[in-house]
Amino acid sequence: MAATSSDAPVQETGLSRPELASRANDRAAMRRRLMLLAPAVLIITICGLAPLSIVLAYSWMQPAEYAGVIPQFSPDAWINLAFERDLFSDELLPNFAYYSIYARSIMMAGMTTLLALAVGFPTSYFIATRAPHRRNLWLFLITIPFWTNLLIRTFAIMLILRDEGVLNVILLKLGIIDTPLQLLFTNWAVSYGLAYAYLPLMVMPLYASMEKLDFRLVEAGYDLYASRFQVLRRVIIPLVKPGIVAGSILCFIPAIGDYVITSQLGGGKRMMLGTLIAMQFGPARNWPQGSAIALGLMIIVLIALFIYAKKVVARSNMR
Amino acid sequence: MSHFLKAALVGFGVIAGAGSALADGELHIYNWGNYTSPDAIAKFEKQYNVKVTLDSYDSNDQMLAKIKAGGSGYDIVVPSGYVIGQMIEDGLLAKTEPNQMENFKNMRPEFVDVFWDKGRHYSVPWQWGTTGIAVNTDVYKGDINTWGLVFDTPPELKGKVNVVPEMIDVINAASFYLNIPLCSDKKEDLKKINDLLVKAKKDWRAMEYSTIENMTAKNFSATMDWNGAAMRERLALPSIKYAYPKEGMASFMDNVVVLKNAPNMENAKLFMNFIMDPQNAALLSAFARYDNGIKGSHEFLPKDMAGAPEINPPADFKTYFPPACPQKVAETYGKIWNNLLK
Amino acid sequence: MSEVTAAGETLTATNIMRRGRRPRFDVKHQPGFGFMAVLCVLMLYGPIVLLVTYSFNQNPSITIWTSFSFDWYVKAYHNEQIRDAAFLSLKIAFFASLASTCAATMAAIATTRVKPYRGLTLAYTIINQPLMVPEIVTGIATLVFFALIKQMTGIYGLGYLITAHIVFCIPFAYMPIRARLEDMDLTYETAAADLYATPWQTFKRITFPMMIPGILGGAMLAFVISLDDVVITVLVSGPGEETFPLYMIGAIRRGVTPELNAVATAFLCLSALLVTVFFLVTRKKKE
Repeated sequence: MAATSSDAPVQETGLSRPELASRANDRAAMRRRLMLLAPAVLIITICGLAPLSIVLAYSWMQPAEYAGVIPQFSPDAWINLAFERDLFSDELLPNFAYYSIYARSIMMAGMTTLLALAVGFPTSYFIATRAPHRRNLWLFLITIPFWTNLLIRTFAIMLILRDEGVLNVILLKLGIIDTPLQLLFTNWAVSYGLAYAYLPLMVMPLYASMEKLDFRLVEAGYDLYASRFQVLRRVIIPLVKPGIVAGSILCFIPAIGDYVITSQLGGGKRMMLGTLIAMQFGPARNWPQGSAIALGLMIIVLIALFIYAKKVVARSNMR
Repeated sequence: MSHFLKAALVGFGVIAGAGSALADGELHIYNWGNYTSPDAIAKFEKQYNVKVTLDSYDSNDQMLAKIKAGGSGYDIVVPSGYVIGQMIEDGLLAKTEPNQMENFKNMRPEFVDVFWDKGRHYSVPWQWGTTGIAVNTDVYKGDINTWGLVFDTPPELKGKVNVVPEMIDVINAASFYLNIPLCSDKKEDLKKINDLLVKAKKDWRAMEYSTIENMTAKNFSATMDWNGAAMRERLALPSIKYAYPKEGMASFMDNVVVLKNAPNMENAKLFMNFIMDPQNAALLSAFARYDNGIKGSHEFLPKDMAGAPEINPPADFKTYFPPACPQKVAETYGKIWNNLLK
Repeated sequence: MSEVTAAGETLTATNIMRRGRRPRFDVKHQPGFGFMAVLCVLMLYGPIVLLVTYSFNQNPSITIWTSFSFDWYVKAYHNEQIRDAAFLSLKIAFFASLASTCAATMAAIATTRVKPYRGLTLAYTIINQPLMVPEIVTGIATLVFFALIKQMTGIYGLGYLITAHIVFCIPFAYMPIRARLEDMDLTYETAAADLYATPWQTFKRITFPMMIPGILGGAMLAFVISLDDVVITVLVSGPGEETFPLYMIGAIRRGVTPELNAVATAFLCLSALLVTVFFLVTRKKKE
């Protein structure tokens, strides 16, 4: 692996050691790294990637009569992602049913991410600017709810949102409304539930990058007569951007494929990608189709993550 | 780190070594969730000194996915009738010949020659029921015995109707309402079903499985539902009534079958015989609130159940178990369903 | 020229003044953020307070409050299915988080604060792979794969489910550890190296202790994720392996009793206790 050092201009990581010894050291370091990486990479490769290749194979096969697949080549599942044979005239038409499901899923995941960011950003900033011992207390407070089972929390949200639920009762008592609002089984209920569930995935990376925020830069901003909002927009946000990106990705990915919360709070009237995939493996009995949709979704997520990975690697190189 | 690793290794050792060997044998049952009477299981365990484990699924498809993959380790599953034919064909089931068992004499004669298992060579009835509508009669005062409540929702119920997201049940109900034969492969019939569902959906509040919860919490005022669930709802909220739509309705039957590679074959057979005893069958019904297929079990039922309208259909009612549709039709159903839920 | 100098001087002066009266002008303050934080906590605790309250409700209906009682706790404790499910969930979560945290810690050391090497991006992508695949797909794929292994080897057991959990817990454990490592100041390690400490000594005495908050964070995250999983567990679990969330799903479908609220509250207390211990331990370390 000596090639590595000639690949990129050597940038020292801060450890001072003689240049000459570095090649031998590199080789030893490489070996050490491989050993360190082995457990995680091996188990994910064997138990994560191998099954995935089965899914890939399935997506190119034909559905069997009653669930499962027939090992015969067929590109139908992939074509179906964008086009479908019309139910009643057999023409090949754009698959509008799927398009709207894709669009809805992306929108819901986006709404969820924004909601989590809107709540998570101020919260993590607030926590990060407390005195250290207070900080821990706040983090402690934020973490505790996530130790309750997610399904139970979702169920509790249902108790709050339903027609005779806590929220409606309070609003009725206060005279703000006179008939109960239908809150449950709406897009808002789903977004709220998802944001609630994935909030820690947003707060943790945000807090991590805010904790190390250099407030001398913020102070410099004020010295240059920036307003609080300007400082926030021009100094703080750019500095914690990696945290924002990481948090958003972490929130977005599970939200776009979510199945459990969506089906509990959404009332199941409109399909999302997660339910669509689950249905192909369920009552629609079309495993190849389910595999193809899932892989399609995965490819999108993969591209996003790959870009993120490149950025993060590039960033840590610059240090 | 090495401490962690040691702890982990020790831990795995503990898990591997754990396992109770208290009973003579074991029996692994895989059944629908909240469907198995704990009393019946306790009785079986005591009677035969067998340790029973019970796991649950929430759809035939979820169960099938697991069983078809192989190596599930279960002895008994409880699929709906229309799934069993295919399971037999796929060689998943053991031919246990329940018709030779001691308690077979108790089975109601109309359930012996069912289309999925003529003469009962593989399966024994667990519970059977009907798919109708549960209505809160405080909210809706009109005639409840019609699918029109779901497909041409009256104004009082608009935005308060739920439909269980069970594709086959919904499409069958729509077929009854439109007077179309089930599993029809005629394009114009399928188009009619599609149009009806798309139009009707606008008036639905949700498509949810959790009907008991939502009906008793008054989130829904009417829902397509199964009779056992409707009974549980009525017991919690007396204004809820179960409707028998005049256009026709389908019945379902869930059956105990034994898997071909069952690790505890003999215990599984014992269990089959066990549930054909009227007293034991009544235990199952008392819990799940559905009827069973066993003669003489009604006299052992709890009082609130024996005369219940949900398990005593009107005189002119005929049980009808719709078979599974051919793949081609099922595929089109899938598309109609996708289109409905888009 | 003199004007500029003057302005510069004024600025410095203001600076000094500001520093002097920092309590009044807090550079860290942003208006409304404290309010949002409080709102966030309220939002998080609302459902939970409700849950805890109803777990003490005498009435079997979860909507109508009658009187205070411990009945549901007693009932839940005597409900063997709930008890087994809860213990099984804890057991799986414990081993899955332990194993995944070990693997993730090692991987984080190998992928953080290093010169870019060939395969770094690949390693990064592989570690994050479980995050990229929708759970239902991982579930089906793992089910098929494990079924093959089971039939070939004839080995059954809880190990499969734990392994499946380890896989999706690794990326979650990895994130906080990596974040912690990236933030760590290199000065101490450099100093140790300057004092002729071997790399192992440096790691053991300096790097590892500094990583502990990240590792604890990772382990806790993995634990929660494992405890909550439904979709993969549904598919991969074998006979008798019904975890608490699986039990919950069935119960929600067919009517919830306050027993579940009681179990949830018990879980909550246990976790609060654990988090408190972690909290105290890490605080002591700092002092």
